Amino acid sequence: MSWALDHLGEILSRAGQHAWLAGIPLVLGLLIALPLGWLAARKAWLKGPLLSGTGLLYTIPSLALFILLPSILKRGILDPVNVIVAMTIYTVALLTRTVADALSSVDPSTRAAATAMGYGGFARFRAVDLPLAVPVLAAGLRVAAVSNVSIVSVASLIGVNQLGYFLTNGYARSFATEVWVGIIACVALAVVFDVAIHGIARLLTPWARAAEARS
Amino acid sequence: MIDDLVTWLQDPAHWSGPDGVPARLSEHVVYTAVTVLVAVVLAVPLGAWVGHTGRGRWLVTGANALRAVPSLGLLFAISMLVGPLIQSSLAFTLPSIIVLVILAIPPLLSGSYAGVESVDPAARDAARGMGMRGPQVLAQVELPIAMPLLLSGLRSATLQVIATATIAASISLGGLGRYLIDGLAARDLSQMVAGSVLVALLALFTDGALALVQRFLVSPGISGRRTRVGPTDVARIGSPRAGVSSTPRGTSPAVSPNGSD
Repeated sequence: MSWALDHLGEILSRAGQHAWLAGIPLVLGLLIALPLGWLAARKAWLKGPLLSGTGLLYTIPSLALFILLPSILKRGILDPVNVIVAMTIYTVALLTRTVADALSSVDPSTRAAATAMGYGGFARFRAVDLPLAVPVLAAGLRVAAVSNVSIVSVASLIGVNQLGYFLTNGYARSFATEVWVGIIACVALAVVFDVAIHGIARLLTPWARAAEARS
Repeated sequence: MIDDLVTWLQDPAHWSGPDGVPARLSEHVVYTAVTVLVAVVLAVPLGAWVGHTGRGRWLVTGANALRAVPSLGLLFAISMLVGPLIQSSLAFTLPSIIVLVILAIPPLLSGSYAGVESVDPAARDAARGMGMRGPQVLAQVELPIAMPLLLSGLRSATLQVIATATIAASISLGGLGRYLIDGLAARDLSQMVAGSVLVALLALFTDGALALVQRFLVSPGISGRRTRVGPTDVARIGSPRAGVSSTPRGTSPAVSPNGSD
């Protein structure tokens, strides 16, 4: 405990780094997964190839991806961009199916009502389909966030600075306290992401809160 | 990078001996098989029991919360706890296997639980009405209907184990991860790249093989490969494909998305 307090500044700065490495890919991954998932939900013949194609990306072990990407992107192995690209790939792999499921979960009669009110094309997607898909999307994002926070710590094996440093350094020094501090900090960060996504989803779905208040 | 990879793979020295590709590959496969087998024996009966009786749901919730723990941290922490207790050569292997089993349990547990739990009560009642007893209902009705979710739990558990066994090379476990960790230590890029490609191929191949197993093990009436007449087909309820179909009454199985793929 006193070790953690003595190193509080270092823990917080590494946690900040960790949050960027896990959080930016979450946003980028969602932006890429939205059109892909929309296509999979709209075009039946694209659904199979798109979902199994993105699903395959998730099968690539993280350490392998962290080592292969620098050679593919022609960047130094310590460059955080590699980690961000790798995590974006995993986020897209997890979220494409979620987006497709979320958009399919929108009640067809709601969509028909929106069409009858004059919504069409992208306007209907933005104003009707997307907001109604938020709860399912948020559930998928929470899973991706927890997974990202855990996988980012693996990047400490190749030396990228984040909370995983405490894990590798603690192990190398046979100092269990440091490893446990690293684990607890990672879990705490995952909880922060979870709560934040939950909160944003609540703000974006005022009708769900209204229904809660009524019941 | 491609040239490095080809040169490394063509070197006959890399294909024999205890550090050769066949030896490392078989180590990786054996670790994965042993771990997944132990985890299946532990988690599937438990998950089926929780789904069947509805008791002990906290077990599934607790196991899912475990996923937030970084696997690298768990690996180091447990090997530091268990390692000193073991005097033999197992001191390095056993902690890794324990951690891999722990990591494989949550997807298997929630897959088998969600699969059995999502069985339509009407199907269960019908089986009882036909005179089946508890174990028979479980074996002949609930488990076949649970199979798609159970197997998708098995797939994600297996992939998790293959990936984490790679990381476990950093605590001296053998397997393909050795090339990544040793290559990193020796700054041998071609060895690292070759190891990474081999691990990725192993993961892709295993996932493909399990997908085939899934095709054979899941009854055609459940997977929807054999079309039946009428929308009230009870057996299709609980299959993941029924959940994403466009029919408004399709029941989405109560499984978190991390159980699949």
